[in-house]
Amino acid sequence: MLATIAMTTGFLLILIGLYGALSNRNILRMIVAFTVANTGVNLVLVAVGYMNGRTAPILNDAVAAGEAISRIIDPVPQALVLTAIVIGVGITALMLAYTYKLYQTRGSLDIAKHTELKW
Amino acid sequence: MTLSIGMGLLLSVAMVVSAIMATRGKRSLGISILAAGLASLLASVMFLLLAAPDVAMTEAAIGSGLTTFLFFFVLGRVRRGEHD
Amino acid sequence: MIKRFTLMLLLAGLGAIFAGLIQNYVADEELNLTAAYYAAHTAEDIGAANIVTAIIVTYRGLDTLGEVTVLFLTAAIIGLVLSQGNRQQQQPQRKLPPAGELLVTGTRLLLPLILLFGAYVFTHGHLTPGGGFQGGAIIASAMLLLLLSNPMKRFSHRLITVVESASGLAFVIIGLLGIAWAGGFLDNRILPIGTFGELFSAGAIPIIYAFVGLKVGAEFSSMLVSLSETEDL
Repeated sequence: MLATIAMTTGFLLILIGLYGALSNRNILRMIVAFTVANTGVNLVLVAVGYMNGRTAPILNDAVAAGEAISRIIDPVPQALVLTAIVIGVGITALMLAYTYKLYQTRGSLDIAKHTELKW
Repeated sequence: MTLSIGMGLLLSVAMVVSAIMATRGKRSLGISILAAGLASLLASVMFLLLAAPDVAMTEAAIGSGLTTFLFFFVLGRVRRGEHD
Repeated sequence: MIKRFTLMLLLAGLGAIFAGLIQNYVADEELNLTAAYYAAHTAEDIGAANIVTAIIVTYRGLDTLGEVTVLFLTAAIIGLVLSQGNRQQQQPQRKLPPAGELLVTGTRLLLPLILLFGAYVFTHGHLTPGGGFQGGAIIASAMLLLLLSNPMKRFSHRLITVVESASGLAFVIIGLLGIAWAGGFLDNRILPIGTFGELFSAGAIPIIYAFVGLKVGAEFSSMLVSLSETEDL
């Protein structure tokens, strides 16, 4: 149940972020929308790894090493999402640096004013 | 069990609302950035509910904290372009 | 108008696909093969309590090397893109008001604590949630606090670069030692596994994660410093 809720939220965030990225003309707003979609993708991936009634993949007093197979949730999507978050912030920073450069050349953040690569 | 489902529903609604606030073009850009950071922060609580503490920590520190500050650094530099 | 209509059509199509995915989703009852292997073998092979850390640092350590490389390239490109314009005009910056007393004093109090917490997070990555990436971000947030309390301060890019490259080099050297002394690249068993659940256990994982933490912290700091040193437009 919880996994379904989280997955639905994640898909909704992807749709909202995509709508924002395609309907806004301000470059900074498009980047904000991309980060929202990024959060949604991460949420979906973690929700896929969740299993009802199991606990986090950390072995301690509560989860002994021997019974780990029947007690913990899938750790692989979590490792994947950890990587995805770190790379995501790198991509965002790169987009922001290029935004600054674009603003320097045209003095505007409107995507319609940057026409060099338009065909 | 029902408690965590209730919390999940609440978080879900709050996240969708803040995502819509972040992407709608009507509000000022500062509010959009803060709303995106809020959605990210709520997502990190959701990760905690989904039994992923590692991911929750990463999202709170990197996705929510650092990203917001990167946005504000650039926003402070391009003030005049905010309404384009 | 037609643009908006196409956009709505696209979103509706994607929404239909997503709805189908949610409807047909059946949660697994058992761990799949890979996950079951990791769950069963981590404790004795790797000696780490946190299985996510074991996957990131040892089982899929090569991917982590790729990840920090991507991050390094990002930081380098940002530095390259943003540094070009800054050469011509050195100091025509507008005067900023000085940072408040509260922020300056608070920074002095909090900075060592934040650095200590970051070091704690990345050295305990194999026991508790956390690790190099989170600890690195916490260290970068200490840098952020410094930047906020004194916006005119110029950080030494050279120091950041040295920390970044030295820890990257150490990471790769530890990986190569794994080929020589243990099972393969980035194998953590070049040091004894130790007692399960203690700080000095899990072989080389705390050392590797400390270097990853330093590297990630230096990379994020370099991004923040590059973006904050830009000129007003």
